[in-house]
Amino acid sequence: MSDDERIDLQREFAESGLGEGLAQLDRDLIGLAPVKQRIREIAALLLVDRVRTRLGLATEPPTLHMSFTGNPGTGKTTVAQLMAGILHKLGYVRKGHLVAVTRDDLVGQYIGHTAPKTKDILKKAMGGVLFIDEAYYLHRPENERDYGQEAIEILLQVMENQREDLVVILAGYADRMDTFFGSNPGFRSRIAHHIDFPDYADTELLAIAETMLARQNYHLSASAKATLADYIGLRRVQPHFANARSIRNALDRARLRQAVRLVQRSEGAIPPDPLSTIEAEDISASRVFLAAQES
Amino acid sequence: MRITQGTFSFLPDLTDEQITAQVQYCLDRGWAVNIEYTDDPHPRNTYWELWGLPMFDAPDAAAVMFELAACRKVHAGSRYIRLSAFDASEGWESLRLSFIADRPAEEPGFALERQERGGRQIAYTTRAYSAALPEGDRYGG
Repeated sequence: MSDDERIDLQREFAESGLGEGLAQLDRDLIGLAPVKQRIREIAALLLVDRVRTRLGLATEPPTLHMSFTGNPGTGKTTVAQLMAGILHKLGYVRKGHLVAVTRDDLVGQYIGHTAPKTKDILKKAMGGVLFIDEAYYLHRPENERDYGQEAIEILLQVMENQREDLVVILAGYADRMDTFFGSNPGFRSRIAHHIDFPDYADTELLAIAETMLARQNYHLSASAKATLADYIGLRRVQPHFANARSIRNALDRARLRQAVRLVQRSEGAIPPDPLSTIEAEDISASRVFLAAQES
Repeated sequence: MRITQGTFSFLPDLTDEQITAQVQYCLDRGWAVNIEYTDDPHPRNTYWELWGLPMFDAPDAAAVMFELAACRKVHAGSRYIRLSAFDASEGWESLRLSFIADRPAEEPGFALERQERGGRQIAYTTRAYSAALPEGDRYGG
């Protein structure tokens, strides 16, 4: 290649339509600053790689398999979905669809059941992204005859030999994923990008709650907003806290209480606004406040 | 004698790249692609063995090529392998396209047999040389 040839990366960027995908990432996801940063880095790397491939400077297709670690409800599946879109725009996967599975979808129940099951899922995911949630369940060291190992072997083989057909994303809790990678070194060496998802801050969760409600055409009254902020602080220290997912469930229950309140207490015709307003009492009736009082 | 049948019978055998493109065309139209194989080359033989199941839910040709590679590992050089695309939509419910993707290394061809019948009539039939051997032994595999 001659030195005269100039490469306009900005134009490459605009033509790939990546800007739209990254903007969507910023718009749709609250918080997660380190994750967004990492995705921007990966996107930039892939963009440069693509230009290098075109110029004949890079020959090997890059390894794109990733692992997403983080607590439940931190947006791993959502980011995987956006990732599939980004990889599709860059041309690293042909279709850009996401197939989300867990151990149950891959591992069979009797001898000879696992391989066809795993292959079926892999075939469904080819041309797109395979998202394996709680991947560490594939490996059960306490049972040496567990069929999970068979699924792992097939996965590793396809991850290595068909890198251009399929991108695999493994997801799960950080500490258990570490143990999993420790006992399956094959996975660690085949995964290029490790992304860690931090827990959301209280203010971020409140913003998420408002976005979720806005999407369903609800809104919080001023007092309800303050109550929800208290709720988030209390809920966090209670067991089984799952970040955004806990908030979603709390909002679903608040909507339930709001509906009951409206049906039982409204007399005669009411204006439409109360139908889409969540009041403080809808949230403060939650068990979380009761449990906090007791302790 | 090179046996031809199906959609691209007048073309040379398709390369893997061309097969991928054809399969993707079928999948994009929502047809289910099947892999079939046989060692009975007679043109009237419609009963080919199915390799695995029809692939109803694969969106990308790589999945079919993955199975084709697995099928070739077992049968390449000793069986005919063909791909067929089934259209399940109402009114069709039938094959839309089918072509041979792999063939035995040696194809001995057919013998023409004449049967003398009453009144100096002659009945003709073709018989594949390979069909004289039992199934599974026909092409050295």
